[in-house]
Amino acid sequence: MKPPKFAYHAPEQLDEAVQLLERYAGNARVLSGGQSLIPMLNFRLFVPEALIDLRRVPGLADIRIDQDTLHIGAMTRQRAAENSGLISNKLPLMTEALGWVGHLPTRSRGTIGGSIAHADPSAELPMTLLALDGAVVARGLSGERTIAADDLFSSFFSTTLAPTEILCAVRIPAMNTHCGFAVEEYARRKGDFAIVGMTAVLEGKDGKCTRARLVSAGIGGRPVRLRAAEDLLLKNGVDAESISMASRAVMEAVEPTSDPNASADYRRHLAGVLAERALLRAANMLKESRHG
Amino acid sequence: MSSPGANKGFVGQSLPRREDHRLLRGQGQYIADFTLPGMLHVAFVRSSVAHARIKSVDLSRAAAAPGVHFVMSGLELAKEIPPVQDQQLPLPRKWRTTVPHKIFDPRQPLLAWDKVRHVGEAVAVIVADNRYLAEDAVDLVSVDYEFLDAVVDAEAALGAAAAVLHEQNGTNLLAEFSVAKGDVAAAFAAAKQTLKRRFYHHRYAGIPMECRGVAAMHEARTGAVTIWSSTQVVHWVRREVALTLGMSEARVRCVALDVGGGFGTKGHVYPEDLLLPYLARRIGRPVKWIEDRREHLQSACHSRDQIHDAEIAFDASGKILAFRDSMIMDCGAWNPVGIGIPYNTASHLIGPYKVEHFSVRARVAATNKVPNAPYRGAGRPEAVQVVERLMDLIARELGVEPAAVRRRNLVTAADMPYAAGIPYRDGQPIVYDSGDYPLALEKVLAEIGGIDAFRVRQRAARVEGRHLGLGLGMYTEGTGVGPFEGATVRVDPSGKIYVSAGSCPQGQGMETIFSQITADLWKVNPEDVILSLADTAAIPMGFGTIASRSTVNLSGAIHVASERLRGKTFNIAANMLECAAADLELRDGRVGVVGVPDMSVTLADVARASRPGWDHQRPEGVDAGLEETYYWEPATVTWAYAAHAVIVDVDVRTGHVKLEKYVIAHDCGVVVNPMLAEGQIIGGAVQGIGGALFEGFNYDSEGQLLTGSFMDYLLPTASDVPEITVLHHESPSPLNPLGVKGLGEGGAIAPPVAIANAVCDALSEFRAEFNSTPITPEDVIRAARKAA
Amino acid sequence: MDDLVDIKLTVNGEARHGRCEPRKLLVDFIREDLGLTGTHAGCEHGICGACTILFDGEAARSCTTLAVQADGAEIMTVEGLANGERLHPLQQAFHEHHALQCGFCTPGMLMTALDLLNTVPNPTEAQIREGMSAVICRCTGYQGIVNAVAAVAAAKNV
Repeated sequence: MKPPKFAYHAPEQLDEAVQLLERYAGNARVLSGGQSLIPMLNFRLFVPEALIDLRRVPGLADIRIDQDTLHIGAMTRQRAAENSGLISNKLPLMTEALGWVGHLPTRSRGTIGGSIAHADPSAELPMTLLALDGAVVARGLSGERTIAADDLFSSFFSTTLAPTEILCAVRIPAMNTHCGFAVEEYARRKGDFAIVGMTAVLEGKDGKCTRARLVSAGIGGRPVRLRAAEDLLLKNGVDAESISMASRAVMEAVEPTSDPNASADYRRHLAGVLAERALLRAANMLKESRHG
Repeated sequence: MSSPGANKGFVGQSLPRREDHRLLRGQGQYIADFTLPGMLHVAFVRSSVAHARIKSVDLSRAAAAPGVHFVMSGLELAKEIPPVQDQQLPLPRKWRTTVPHKIFDPRQPLLAWDKVRHVGEAVAVIVADNRYLAEDAVDLVSVDYEFLDAVVDAEAALGAAAAVLHEQNGTNLLAEFSVAKGDVAAAFAAAKQTLKRRFYHHRYAGIPMECRGVAAMHEARTGAVTIWSSTQVVHWVRREVALTLGMSEARVRCVALDVGGGFGTKGHVYPEDLLLPYLARRIGRPVKWIEDRREHLQSACHSRDQIHDAEIAFDASGKILAFRDSMIMDCGAWNPVGIGIPYNTASHLIGPYKVEHFSVRARVAATNKVPNAPYRGAGRPEAVQVVERLMDLIARELGVEPAAVRRRNLVTAADMPYAAGIPYRDGQPIVYDSGDYPLALEKVLAEIGGIDAFRVRQRAARVEGRHLGLGLGMYTEGTGVGPFEGATVRVDPSGKIYVSAGSCPQGQGMETIFSQITADLWKVNPEDVILSLADTAAIPMGFGTIASRSTVNLSGAIHVASERLRGKTFNIAANMLECAAADLELRDGRVGVVGVPDMSVTLADVARASRPGWDHQRPEGVDAGLEETYYWEPATVTWAYAAHAVIVDVDVRTGHVKLEKYVIAHDCGVVVNPMLAEGQIIGGAVQGIGGALFEGFNYDSEGQLLTGSFMDYLLPTASDVPEITVLHHESPSPLNPLGVKGLGEGGAIAPPVAIANAVCDALSEFRAEFNSTPITPEDVIRAARKAA
Repeated sequence: MDDLVDIKLTVNGEARHGRCEPRKLLVDFIREDLGLTGTHAGCEHGICGACTILFDGEAARSCTTLAVQADGAEIMTVEGLANGERLHPLQQAFHEHHALQCGFCTPGMLMTALDLLNTVPNPTEAQIREGMSAVICRCTGYQGIVNAVAAVAAAKNV
C-alpha cells in the first residue's frame, strides 16, 4: 500500500500555496498533518497530481486571543492544542473534545485545520467548531474570507472551501466562564471515530437556560445543530424532565442513514441516549459553575 | 546465569526469554527485513470481483512501466506449473476408514486463470525494482471479466439455484462427513425434554501483526532453491515446492526467520509460497513479496464461519441424554487444509461432558469468499459455542444455575481415562487422559467470589438499573496431535547441546522453553543449549507448528533422542574414564562417576573423543559422532482443558458490553515456563474476546469485502480488555515423558461463548438469547428493546 | 514528477541524510534508506501503531508520514533506546514482565510507552491501558505490557 507518484511542493508562503492550487486546477491536495490524507494515498483512493505541504509556511500554528476570540492556526498540532493553557482556559470544550480525537500519537501530527477541512462527519473537531459558533479563515486567490461553521460543512468529507482556498486558521469566541459543557461519544473502541457523537454547551442560571447548543456528529454527512432540542431547553430550562424531552426531540429530528457500522435505527437511538447524557452532564456543570 | 530450581530443574521456572534480546532492540529479522543482492520485489494483481470468468488479462502497459522486470498472468503460468496439491493436511487411513466422508478438493492454481472465485484472488504477478514501482505497474493491468453471480451464503451455496464455483465438482458441496455414537434417534424419541437452536459463529481470523511474506532465491551453481517464508510449516513448504517445481527435496530449502505471529493463519502452504521460488528460478534473480494489510484481509485465510442446527435431550435433573447436530462450514473459494476444522468441531462437541448418544453431520460449502483455514482453536470455538450455550439454555429451562447443569454432566477425575466414544481426527478413539474438570469449574467460581455472592450483587445492581452478568465456558482440547515431530540432538565440540527440530516459532518462546527442557535432560544451563528451528536444512523431516502440538511433540522427540544420545555419551565417557557406563551421571556440563567428584570429563571432551579418525576414544563397536535424531510419533492426542468465567456489565442504553472480570482455570499438564504459558493463555483469550465482541469479516451480496481495512475490522486494544486471572492446575499427561499438554490455542476457545452466556445472564429479564457471534452493541439494544 | 527530495534529519542523535521520492513513507525511509529495520509496518494506514517512532520527542506513526515531512526533524527509533549493552528501563521491564511474544509490535509499543510516561508520569492502570491502546498486539493480550509500563512508572516515581 504505497502512495502513487505525485509532484511535491513545500512553499514558504501561503499565497504561493494558493497559487499552486490554482496551477493544478483542483488536482492538488493540501498536506497538513497527513493523518487522514496519507492513509488515503496509501490505499490509492485517489491520485493527486501534486501535494502542497504547508509545513514550511510560517505563522500557521499560532494560538492567540484577540478581543475574546481565539485564533488557532490551521497547522496547530492537535496535541499542542490539547496542551494549550489558553485553549483550556478559554475553550475548555475543545480541550475535552481533543481527548477523544484518535490517539496521542495521531494527535502529535494531526492538525486542527486538517481535521476540520477533512470534514469527516464522525469527527470531533467539526462538531466542536459548530457547537462553539466557530468559523474558519480561508485564504484564496482574492484574499481572505471567514466562513462560519454553519456554512462550512456541506456533506460527507466536503466543505464549501473553493478548490483554490486554503483553511489557514480557526476563530472561536471564548466560552462564557459560567457555562456547562460535555462531549459524549459512542465508538466501538476508544479513539475510533464516533458512531454517534454529541456536544452540549449550556448557559443560564437558576434552572433557566439562556443559551443552548446541541450538536451531533456521525449522523448524516455533517455535524448538525439540533435546534428543536435547543429551543425546548431555552423554553423549559435544563432540569431532568426537560432534558429527557429534549433528547426525545433529538431522536425525532435526526435523519441517520444505515451503513455496515450501524443501522439508522441504532444511530437514532444512540443520538437520544448521548444527547441526554451530554445535557445532564452539561447541566450539572452549569449548576456547579455558579457556586464559587 | 540461570540456575536450576532446587531438585526441580529449569522446567517449571518462569525464565525470561532468550528471544527478547534481539526483539527488544529492534534487531529481529522478519521477512521484510531480509534482503539479498539483486533482489526484486513482487506485487500481485488481485481480483476486485467475487466471481467471474477471466476473459483476458492485458499486461502490456505494466510490462513497459518503469522498473518492471517481469510480468505474468495465470494462463501463462498454468501451462508451466500445476496447482496447489490437494489436502495439505491429510487424514490418516485409520480416520478415513472409520468415518464416512466425501471430500472434493478443487486444487487452487497459483494464479487464477479460468475464473476468479473471491475478491482478492491473485490474477497476475508483477516483479519490479521496488514495491512502489510494482504497485504502479499493478494499476496499469486491465482484466476483462465476465461477471457471474456471487455466492455469499453457505446454505444458499448448497441450494440448487446457486452458481457453482468449481464446475468440475458440479456442486458447492466440497466435503461432508458424519460421526455418531449410541442411538440418537431412539434417545430423542424417548426424551421428555429437548431443546433445539440454531447457532452461528461468524467469520474472523488470526490477523497477525506481521502480514505474510516470501523471499526466494535460485542458486545457478547447484540448481537449489531456497525459500524464506513467514510460515509455520517450513517442511510442508519444502515438500510442496519440490512437487510443484519438479525438484528433489534435497535441492529445496525452506527457512522461516522471525515470524510476527501466526495463529494458524500461516499454518499451511499458500500459492505465494510456491510462486516466489518459481519466479526466482525463472527470472534468475532473488525475489521478495511482502503482503500488505489490504492484501492480507482479502487473501490470507479467514476462519470460523459455521452454522449449527443443534438439538439436545435432557432429563429433569439436567442430565444430557442425547445430542445431535447438523453443521455447515462456509469454506470460501478453496479448501487448502481439507476437513481438519469441521472434524475438530465435530470431535469437540461432546467436550467435557458425558453424552451417551451423539451424532453430527457436517457439510462444507464453497462460497465466493477468502478460503477458510485454521485459526487458533480451529473449529473448537464453534463447537464450544453450541454446547455451552445449550448448557445455559437447559439451566434456564429448569430454573437452575448454569454451573449446576455443568456439574451434573462433567466427566470427573475418577472417570479418567475416559473414552468419549468417537474418533479423533488422527483416527484414534478419543480418550481423555487426565484432568479434573469439576475442579476447574469450582476454581473459577471461587475466584469470582462464588455464585451466591454474585447473584446478590447482580440483584442490587439491577435495582440501580445496571445489568451485570456471569457467563461460563468450559472446553476440552485435543493437543499434541501427530503425525510426528523430529529432533536432532548433538553434543557440539564446544560442549554445548545442539538441538535442531521441525518446529517453527512465531513468538511462543520456543528458544526459551526447549532450552529449559534440554538443559534439564543434559544438566547444563539453558544458555548452553543451541537451537535451530524452522529450517528444513537442519533436520530431514519435520511437521511444524499448528494445533497446539510443538511442546508435546518436540519435547518427546528431544527426550528420546537425548536418552539414546546419553547412552552413547556414557559409553564413550566410560571408555575415557575406564569405568562402567552404569556408574556415570551428567552434572554441570560434565559426565562423571557418581559419588566421585573428581572423576569426570566435560561434554566437550566426549564430543572430541567421539570423532572419527585417528586418536578417537570410542570403545569397540561404537560408531563415530555424538548425535541422535528421533521422530516422536504420538499414539494420539493429550487433552488440555479449561473453565472460563467472565463477569460483564452491560449498558442497555448504548449496548456496550464491558468485561469487568475474566478468570481462567487452565490445565495443560506440566507447565514448562509458567510466565510464557500465561502469556499464551491470555493472548489467546484476548483474541477470543476480539472474536466475541469486535472482529468480523462482512461481505455484501455481490461478494465485496466490506471489512477491508483496520477501520472496519476492529481488533481489541489494551483498553478493551480487562486484566485476566489465570489459575493453573497440572494434571500431567501420561502420554509423553514430560507430562505436558499443548496450550497454544486454548485461550481463544471459550471467550465467545463465555461472553455470550454472560450477556444472556445480564439481560435475563429480557429472556435474551445470544446464539450468534459477534455480539454487537446494536444486538444488545435490540434484545433489550424487544421485551420492553 | 521524478524529482527526488533531499532529507536531512537527526536519527537517534546522529545526523543522517537521504534522497528519495517525495511519496516515500517515513517508515520505508527509516527501514531502507537508513537501514534501521526495527521499525515495522503493520498496516500502512495509521491504525496498528507498529511503526510508531518519536518525531521531535512525540510518538508519531511513520506510515502516515512522508519521509520528506521529517526533513529537519529529530527522530528516535527503537534502536535509539538502549545504551550499548544497557537496556532502557522500558526494554528491561518488557523483558521481565513478558511484554512481548513475536516482537513485531514491540518497537511501536516501546516508543508509545516512552511518550506516554513522558506525558503522564504517574498513570493509573486505566490511563496506561488507554495510552497503550494506540498500538495493537495480537500475541500478548496486553497484560505484560501494562504491567511493564506500570513498573517503570512506579520505579520513576519512587
